[in-house]
Amino acid sequence: MGFDQYHEPPDELPAQTRTFARMCASLTEEAEAIGWYEQRIAIETDREAVAVMQNAQGEEFKHFAMDLEYLLRRKPLWREIAEGILFQDGDIVARGEEAEEEAAEDIPGTPDEAPSLGIGGLR
Amino acid sequence: MSHLLREHAPLTGSDWGMIDEEARSRLKVALAARQLVDFDGPKGWSYSATSLGRVTALAGSLVDGVTGAQRRVLPMVELRADFAISREELRAAERGAEDADLEALDEAALNIALAENVAVFHGWEEAGIVGIAEASSNEPIPLGDEANQYPGPVARAAERMLRQGIPRPYGLALGPGCYRAVVETTDHGGYPVFQHLTEITGGPLVRAPGVRGAVLVSLRGGDFLFESGQDLSIGYRTHDEDAVHLYLEESFSFRVATPEAAIALTV
Repeated sequence: MGFDQYHEPPDELPAQTRTFARMCASLTEEAEAIGWYEQRIAIETDREAVAVMQNAQGEEFKHFAMDLEYLLRRKPLWREIAEGILFQDGDIVARGEEAEEEAAEDIPGTPDEAPSLGIGGLR
Repeated sequence: MSHLLREHAPLTGSDWGMIDEEARSRLKVALAARQLVDFDGPKGWSYSATSLGRVTALAGSLVDGVTGAQRRVLPMVELRADFAISREELRAAERGAEDADLEALDEAALNIALAENVAVFHGWEEAGIVGIAEASSNEPIPLGDEANQYPGPVARAAERMLRQGIPRPYGLALGPGCYRAVVETTDHGGYPVFQHLTEITGGPLVRAPGVRGAVLVSLRGGDFLFESGQDLSIGYRTHDEDAVHLYLEESFSFRVATPEAAIALTV
């Protein structure tokens, strides 16, 4: 099994950061799976197989959303920017620029948006 | 902006970096309980209670034929330790001084870690926390007066845990006096007691400020549950001409799920 989700030596990372990295890797895998099912469904001619894969893809939608919510709960700045973009009408890029600008205004000179010392568990 | 109000402190990014790093390094050494129990969270400052999954039946009834019950929860407790940093020391650090005086921060970090250790190992009655030693269903075992006698009682404790189906490895939390004695001592054959105890437990020996005597605990997971609301953080209180007043803060709950998975060793 690989440990590719770690970009830095795992031993030097706090437990919280290791968990965060695992969840980021999980989010990526769910997004990949959604894309793979989309492609398989697009070329499948057996209607029953399509139904099974649509059901499976629905599971991945749920997993992706749960992973994302977990991460957003731990990164207030990420959440704030996401709230300005997700489930909004209008131009996506413009929404993104606005959300980023507003989030930056709310956190002037903050050294880190997650104020905890990041100690977590030490086992 | 969080309730810690860090943005309002007259501190630069590098000041905060130095203060946070100093706190982190001091806390990691002293937070013994976190080296041995399960850690869940952090769930955030607004998280108020741990669900226990149990209910208390309510006497009486509002309407005939309808019963009531109330959910039982373990409320988060808050720990807070105030300290002040001299502005002159901060200015010295900005100029590159490597020996800025952060003694008050070091003391606050040690104190809050000590309080956390005491709550986990010996409980905090007012907060509704029962500590590991008090929750244990096993009779305490006397540790003996001399460190070279420790392997005997620790081995008996480990054997008792095994008999109850609690597998190795175990961790041994040692109060500072016991820890020092263990590190300094060899047994009758000249073998280091530290090494001997490590072979008995199969897990770490942890120096645990706040622990009275020692506590042998299971490390299999699921037995001792520390739930963090807000993990240890530094907030801003106020400042004057001479100092910036800050505080260390956390919220947590702790509960023992398996009382037989620990044994207190008394001195």
